[in-house]
Amino acid sequence: MRQFTFAAAILALGLTVSQSYHLQLLTFIGIHTLLALGLNMLMGYAGQISLGHAAFYGLGAYGTGILTVHWGFSPWAGLPLTLALTFVVAFLVALPMLKLSGYYLGMGTLGFGMIAFVVFREWSSLTGGDSGLVGIPALDVGGVSLSSGKAGYFLVWACVLLAFFACERVVDSRVGRALRAIHDSERAAAAMGIDTSRLKVWVFVFSALLASLAGFLYAHLVTFISPNSFDFLVSVRIVTMVVIGGMASIWGSLLGAAVLTILPEWLHVFTDYEMVVYGLILMTIMIFLPQGLTRGILDIHERSKRKDTAASSAPRS
Amino acid sequence: MLRIRNLKCYYGKIRAINGVSLSVRTGEIIALIGANGAGKSTLLLTISGLLQDWEGEILFQRESLRGLKAPAMVERGISLVPEGRLLFPPMSVLDNLKLGAYRRSLRREHAAVEQDLEEVLNLFPILRERARQQAGTLSGGEQQMLAIGRALMARPRLLLLDEPSMGLAPFLVRLILDVLVQLKGQGMTLLLVEQNARAALQIADRGYVLENGKVVLEGNGCDLLADQDVKRAYLGKDYREFCEGRS
Repeated sequence: MRQFTFAAAILALGLTVSQSYHLQLLTFIGIHTLLALGLNMLMGYAGQISLGHAAFYGLGAYGTGILTVHWGFSPWAGLPLTLALTFVVAFLVALPMLKLSGYYLGMGTLGFGMIAFVVFREWSSLTGGDSGLVGIPALDVGGVSLSSGKAGYFLVWACVLLAFFACERVVDSRVGRALRAIHDSERAAAAMGIDTSRLKVWVFVFSALLASLAGFLYAHLVTFISPNSFDFLVSVRIVTMVVIGGMASIWGSLLGAAVLTILPEWLHVFTDYEMVVYGLILMTIMIFLPQGLTRGILDIHERSKRKDTAASSAPRS
Repeated sequence: MLRIRNLKCYYGKIRAINGVSLSVRTGEIIALIGANGAGKSTLLLTISGLLQDWEGEILFQRESLRGLKAPAMVERGISLVPEGRLLFPPMSVLDNLKLGAYRRSLRREHAAVEQDLEEVLNLFPILRERARQQAGTLSGGEQQMLAIGRALMARPRLLLLDEPSMGLAPFLVRLILDVLVQLKGQGMTLLLVEQNARAALQIADRGYVLENGKVVLEGNGCDLLADQDVKRAYLGKDYREFCEGRS
């Protein structure tokens, strides 16, 4: 039912919003939701921090960009190849990386993100270097472009919807329980017979694949990519989306992505003070709703419901 | 069922167990007693596959456990109730119990798991009442019951218990010990690590006393309870009368 309502809301929004600016904003919220969803599975559920997630976002974008621009692949043929490349890279990175934990894992993933950024910038014969990669073809089906306006919106949100269903299924399954167990205590999880190493690698790869898909969509929607779109600050922004929205919350990923995509747009009115206000808002959210927006809003709702119940059951004088 | 010969365990360069040999027969309750740092918990962590750095020989049902990690141990029927319970606090009681049967759910033993869940909830009825409650909000005794119930969900042949009486009121310790005796009655084998030597030896068929990573004394439960050295070090009271009454 919840999924159906979500799908209906996406459809209704797509049909009613007509301004291209708003459609573009909604489309980017979708792309960011994919990024936050993946990282939430890794960080929120399994408790493994990644400060280099933009690397996989970039891998998806540059993978498809290079395949289509330099080697003449069609985007649809490039998609499985890009995802396969991401799978291999994520798997090879995860094997040694996930032996680390806590701050050390954070540092390790940060290092990986920086290496990826340097490769995107310096391998200019393939990536276009600082000037970026231009001429990435728009997605189309039978000559109908899917990369702009409503078509782009529906394509991205169809992917988000599929990712949502996949994540919800995982979270509600024994695998989801095992991921949360790893988050709470890796030793206790192992004592239950959970193969913690294998599961951590699995969720890392899954998370990387979602980021890569987001990168693929981004590259074909914008048709131009440059290294700055995949630098350290982007990784931090994805982490912030997860934390602000709510760790270990599928819906939190959506909320976090929406807030961090919309806020900078709304805050343009503050001109020079835009970043100051942005920072203050994030600080306020974290101080008053430390478990993120989703949990915080639910808590406020439950508290007000309890208050109402208490008020209605109190004897009248 | 379990035979350990000349076991030495290491934490990096530190040797925590220094040549322990012991055996556990099917259907027995074996108590391991000793002071802090004697190596009792290290021994359980090693048998359960959570500690890999060891020398010597561990045979479980005549199969060597060398190189096997925790999931493989659970698969073979060795379950651990860890020190401090190590529950998953934000998860519900039911989810904690289901995690105990993780390996079995991989083998798709869903019907049998549901049946065992019922049995665990019958063994600890309070857990049925608390089924939807977060594990972290349970009282100490309820948490210990959940930790034991969770380990039982793996349907173990050998249950390892690390300080199950830790931090519990005397009546709860009695309750937990009664459950352990009940499990033994159902044919389960138990290896029980306790600082509460009195409680452990009361229900144990045999016991081992560990000091500085070595077995310094072994014998049946009542003999150890009556042993002057054990009394002096761990009991401080004569339990011969208790044992005579028990036999």
